[in-house]
Amino acid sequence: MADNGIGTRTVRKEDQRFLTGKGNYLDDINRPGQAYAYFVRSPYANAKINGVDTSAAAAAPGVVAVLTGQEMAADGIGPLICGWMISSKDGSPMNAPAHPALAVDKVNYVGDHVAIVVADTYNQAKDAAELVEVDYDELPSVTDTAGAAAAGAPQIHADIPGNICYDWELGDKAVVDEAFSKAHHVTSLDMINNRLIPNAMEPRAAVAEYDPGTEDMTLYTTSQNPHVCRLIMSAFLQVAPEHKLRVIAPDVGGGFGSKIFVYAEETATLWASRRVNRPIKWVAERSESFLSDAHGRDHVTHAEMAMDENGKFIAMRVSTIANLGAYLSTFASAVPTYLYATLLAGQYTTPVIYAEVKGVYTNTSPVDAYRGAGRPEATYVVERLVENAAREMGLDPAEIRRRNFIPNDAFPYETPVVHTYDCGDYPKALEEALKLADYDGLAARKADAQSRGKLRGVGLSAYIEACGIAPSAAVGALGGGVGLWEAAQIRFNPTGNVTVLAGTHSHGQGHATTFAQVVADKLGVPYENVEVVEGDTDKGPFGMGTYGSRSIAVGGSAIMKAADKIIEKGKKIAAHALEAAEEDIEFSGGNFSVAGTDKAMNIGEVAFAAYVPHNYPEGLEPGLDETAFYDPLNFSFPSGVHIAEVEVDPDTGVVDIIKYSAVDDFGNVINPMIVEGQVHGGIAQGVGQALLEGCVYDDDSGQLVTGSYMDYAMPRADDLPSIDIGMSPVPSPLNPLGVKGAGEAGAIASPAAVINAVTDAIGADIDMPATPLKVWQTLNSAKAAAE
Amino acid sequence: MHDFQYHKPGSVADAAAAAAGAEDGSFLAGGQTLIPTLKQRLAAPSDLVDLSGVSELQGITVSGDSVTIGAMTRHADVAASGDVAAAILALAALAGGIGDPQVRNRGTIGGSIANNDPAADYPAAVLGLNATVNTNKRSIAADDFFTGMFETALEEGELITSVSFPVPEAANYQKFHNPASRYALVGVMVAKTGGGVRVAVTGAGPCVFRASSLEQALAGGLSSSALDGASVSADGLNSDIHATPEYRAHLVKVMAGRAADAAGG
Repeated sequence: MADNGIGTRTVRKEDQRFLTGKGNYLDDINRPGQAYAYFVRSPYANAKINGVDTSAAAAAPGVVAVLTGQEMAADGIGPLICGWMISSKDGSPMNAPAHPALAVDKVNYVGDHVAIVVADTYNQAKDAAELVEVDYDELPSVTDTAGAAAAGAPQIHADIPGNICYDWELGDKAVVDEAFSKAHHVTSLDMINNRLIPNAMEPRAAVAEYDPGTEDMTLYTTSQNPHVCRLIMSAFLQVAPEHKLRVIAPDVGGGFGSKIFVYAEETATLWASRRVNRPIKWVAERSESFLSDAHGRDHVTHAEMAMDENGKFIAMRVSTIANLGAYLSTFASAVPTYLYATLLAGQYTTPVIYAEVKGVYTNTSPVDAYRGAGRPEATYVVERLVENAAREMGLDPAEIRRRNFIPNDAFPYETPVVHTYDCGDYPKALEEALKLADYDGLAARKADAQSRGKLRGVGLSAYIEACGIAPSAAVGALGGGVGLWEAAQIRFNPTGNVTVLAGTHSHGQGHATTFAQVVADKLGVPYENVEVVEGDTDKGPFGMGTYGSRSIAVGGSAIMKAADKIIEKGKKIAAHALEAAEEDIEFSGGNFSVAGTDKAMNIGEVAFAAYVPHNYPEGLEPGLDETAFYDPLNFSFPSGVHIAEVEVDPDTGVVDIIKYSAVDDFGNVINPMIVEGQVHGGIAQGVGQALLEGCVYDDDSGQLVTGSYMDYAMPRADDLPSIDIGMSPVPSPLNPLGVKGAGEAGAIASPAAVINAVTDAIGADIDMPATPLKVWQTLNSAKAAAE
Repeated sequence: MHDFQYHKPGSVADAAAAAAGAEDGSFLAGGQTLIPTLKQRLAAPSDLVDLSGVSELQGITVSGDSVTIGAMTRHADVAASGDVAAAILALAALAGGIGDPQVRNRGTIGGSIANNDPAADYPAAVLGLNATVNTNKRSIAADDFFTGMFETALEEGELITSVSFPVPEAANYQKFHNPASRYALVGVMVAKTGGGVRVAVTGAGPCVFRASSLEQALAGGLSSSALDGASVSADGLNSDIHATPEYRAHLVKVMAGRAADAAGG
């Protein structure tokens, strides 16, 4: 194996560039003659628009154009789409409201888009935006998840009664109710999965350019999936035909899901650039990101677990209200349904499960996928129920899990909620995590904490996730509007070095390194000679992009498939040159050799022969350049056990995470350093959700209270302990690399682990985020109740 | 940010004159509040008078019984000053805990107390240590300086030149951070001075204030146990998503106890 092959802790190729300020982010891109855009946004949560007077703004210094939803509609642009159809219990299709990129007669949340102002400078655009006069009739608003569908709640969309998008279910309610009637014990819990604001380091941005000569359009955008962006822009929004539109997602500073979607701003910027025949740049200010990035989570759930006398799970019942925001974002409908309820089996043999999910509209920013997307919400429900069930049954939380794990000999295992898990070894990961966490020493540590006036607690989370969303046919059967395969092209250049063009996109994941390791390892070329190209629809093949921890499981498999094609063709070329039969050619370590002889040819020489085909197999095409499309056989199912240990200061309510242990099964790992980084980052986000982060809208006005870092608490380095990581891989049999995906696991596992630890410490239930205030109040209530 | 006229005077007199000549002028010290406010278009002064070129506003002087800090002295310089630490360790520590390194390298003591943000740290030091605020017109006792939320005794065009802190017998500052902004959700300076025990509280109310009930309880000695029977009223304290008035009142007592123990021990 090469020094930089699969399994090595290869230092990231891209870091030198990023760390020395040589990255090429959206704001680094400037086009000749560029103008700047600023958006007029709704100051109200719910209001009727009587009219928009743009005359004063249009006359302001430097202003190129002020465009509204009326003009956009007149040009036939939009509306924005949601690409996943969900049907209600009664079979009726979901209620999807019109979603114009620029509002026409109504605004539905604070930050909703009303007009785009284009000017010579950014400040001129911003100055002019203050002069756009919008005549609003403010209406009562609703931002509360639980209250959105209540009788008398303000109506958001006239054609959607009760603000209900869908009332969806999974499973057989009668069968589950019957099982509950025979339960020895039922654990039930009301939970809030708090709403989060993504906060990627780089705010969303777009630069759009129109070439009046060729009529080509180019959109530089902060996208996780530029081809999907182009498809939506052309097929649905009618901004430009697909073959005349180039979408480039250059270096992107974090996404966490929020940059999967096609938003109003890049749509309007692209459309406006053609109308005014000038390149236009738009870069969100941080406060705009808070207001209008698609938010995450926001569930209100009641869940119950039924058990027999041995603590064996016999049935589970979950009822969730999911806040979808004011409109349906690109994949919003799928997140609280097929990406959520299908994971409620967790790692357990629970035989019957029923879940119902009511998706509701509120006067808030749209809610869509955010790191984990549905799966953190599922893990939170399952693992908090399991932990509480153990406590109520007088069982050790580790022991109740042991009693209910899917056994190793049961794989492939079909759960009662759609999925078939390919493989896993849940008991092994649990035992390794317990050891890493020094679970046996816990009692002594609790006693020590008590002697210091502190409350110590431990919490487990045995999570499962479904990654590499696929296969396409299954996705289609569940209502998905796209195929979820991936594509890759391996291009040997005549000099023997390699360009890999991948349909995925890296916005922090390190693909330039990981994919180069895979190709170097598989094809025996020096790692340094492999360049990965992503994020430009004019360069690589159509790809579906990066989200759902799919890049290695699906994209990596496409690369492996393309590499197989390269080897296959290389064998033909080598056989001819070495005057041997093709069947006798073996490929290993970058060399094509004739079996049983010392006759061999390096893959670089084969590449040269392919481009200078003087002595070449008759009928074989020149060139060594292969593209593969890979449609996965199934999702992959990473799993693991995370254990958090906390200490609570009862005087202040502060929760300190003393120790955090994570044992994960990601299948084979290409670059352990990068994967550990993903685990660290995911845990940081999960700890953020558990202890710090919470999006708050004002109940009365619908204003975003947590609209800046003054009030929205992001996790920082000093909020986290040093994290102990263990790997417990069971390679997936379903893809050529045996990989499972690692991008979201930390964020999926950690909220439940941390909250289970906090509830253990304080002896009472608490919702996220468990802020000092909330912990102190909970301790006070518990104390008052005890007196 | 809206346009403004920019002035960079070299003396206090020129600074005062520039401000007096402006239609709606504003002094610019470290800019850690003013610049973000301008960027958010929440303020639109006609003129900015940048004080960074006024050398007479710079510097730290420690005499036998007092520490005098020039109004334009950066937090980082106060935090790093061995002289300050030797005289009033609590003051150096407080300065070293303001904001983050960027803020500490720009922000100034004069700018902080002139702004009188309800959650700023320095007002607790000025009030708790019974400092005197010197301006280009007069000297103002700490008890008279902070008059309300973002309000001080400074008159129009009056410029802080320095702050003089008498060296206390003992002092300690304890801050409970707002989990988001890391400003003081509650910050308490406990000091034993020649004039008695002073307990100054920032973050909890609309303006820094002295907790008289705690001062009385600690009069017999700086120890958290002395606070056992004491209480702080929640009336009039701030309420937001991070803390209720009751929680703030509770934290005032907890932080005061910790400061007392640290100062007394």
